[in-house]
Amino acid sequence: MRFPLRFLILLSILLSALLAFRPAGAAQEIRVAAAADLKFALDELGAGYEKQTGKKIDVSYGSSGNFLAQIQNGAPFDVFLSADIEYPRKLEAAGLAEPGTLYEYALGRIVIWMPADTRIDLAKLDWKALLDPSIQKIAIGNPEHAPYGRAAVAALRSAGIYEQVRAKLVYGENIAQAAQFVASGNAQAGILALSLAISPPMREGKRWEIPANTHPPIEQAAVILKSAKDKDGARAFLTFLKSAEARKILESYGFSVPVPGRTSAQTQ
Amino acid sequence: MNIEALLLSIRLALCVSAILFVIGVPLGYWLAYSRWRGKFLLEAIVALPLVLPPTVLGFYMLVAMGPRGALGKLWYAAFGHGLAFTFAGLVIASVLYSLPFAVQPLVASFETVDRKLLDASAVLGAGSMRTFSRIILPLSVPGIITALVLSFAHTLGEFGVVLMVGGNLAGVTRTVSIDIYDRAQSLDYAGASRTALLLLVISFVVLSTVYGVNRRAGRRAWAQWPLK
Repeated sequence: MRFPLRFLILLSILLSALLAFRPAGAAQEIRVAAAADLKFALDELGAGYEKQTGKKIDVSYGSSGNFLAQIQNGAPFDVFLSADIEYPRKLEAAGLAEPGTLYEYALGRIVIWMPADTRIDLAKLDWKALLDPSIQKIAIGNPEHAPYGRAAVAALRSAGIYEQVRAKLVYGENIAQAAQFVASGNAQAGILALSLAISPPMREGKRWEIPANTHPPIEQAAVILKSAKDKDGARAFLTFLKSAEARKILESYGFSVPVPGRTSAQTQ
Repeated sequence: MNIEALLLSIRLALCVSAILFVIGVPLGYWLAYSRWRGKFLLEAIVALPLVLPPTVLGFYMLVAMGPRGALGKLWYAAFGHGLAFTFAGLVIASVLYSLPFAVQPLVASFETVDRKLLDASAVLGAGSMRTFSRIILPLSVPGIITALVLSFAHTLGEFGVVLMVGGNLAGVTRTVSIDIYDRAQSLDYAGASRTALLLLVISFVVLSTVYGVNRRAGRRAWAQWPLK
């Protein structure tokens, strides 16, 4: 009997075609590409947005550099929330972003973080805690491409201890991986995003916030993509991001929120 | 192009292939000839790195190497520092990661050795060690080469595990795949492509050498066929 086999092949082709062309997510969802440091804040932001508009956001977390490459090659996102304002600027320059939608939604804050069982008195020693002989490794984001890593190096330099701790530095691919190096005990200290340091898995640890004037601002910015399918929804999400409610959420998750209008004028 | 990273990767791949050869031959022999009923469990464990995502394996290694992990505790006691972010740590993680690529070709080639030859060897008074070194090993040369080369090539291109336990230290743990990734992340696509191209060429040369050598070795084995 040849028929069943042919029939099966035909059926499987049809099925795979159906699966392949199934629309990815309902039309009601705004597809957001977001920097990894938003992991916890965006859950609440998404819930707030949904309450206001009835629409959901569908978030992909990742490295902003990867997203830039993916968006340049046609990745289907509506909004891009980048940990580094340079990336959305690049998209704008390349004509891949909706003109005039670039919005700096937050500034990242960095802390020195140590596990709860450390014997070092971080609050008292602040910078000098990193010079303690029991600190063999200090995890930071990779300064070559992770904005939090760049800020960490700049801060260490302005504290005047970069040369002393340089040999102890290990580099996470992104700030979340740097956090993992310390949380797993392989590094004894880390310079991490405050948003991660106060997240549920890490909030038990000790932390000391690094003053913002020791490093260039970690400017986080959103932009609507030219290829966005639901431009109105994306605009509504951006409007929500600018609202007092969203600003409060961002602050509670460890970001500083710039005064509207000020930084965009300053950075242009 | 980052020659330092490439040389580091080659050094890592050589260390890992050598260690896997030493571990893989006895392990493969046991897997091929043991009649223990629980053998399939060990086979499954050896094959696990094929299935586990490298980042997961790397994460487990990171935890195991930490001060609370068994491996980390031993290492701290012996050397006074951690195992993560060191070359030795990369070697250990890579040995685990590439284990099936060494063991499986060895088992396959040990298994295909004709039982009659083994029986003849035993009847003529050879012990199992002598049978192994005189009969099984020479007949398994293609499998051994395949095992060595696959471990080498697989370690050379390794990314996820190194990313998880390496810490990206130049000359210590920044392997060529990490270097390529860093360049792509820094939007230096041209630099990334140059290094990637070099890696591609090296890998192609290594693999085609092996397949070429194996083809000839295979023909020789085929020529012995009527003797079986």
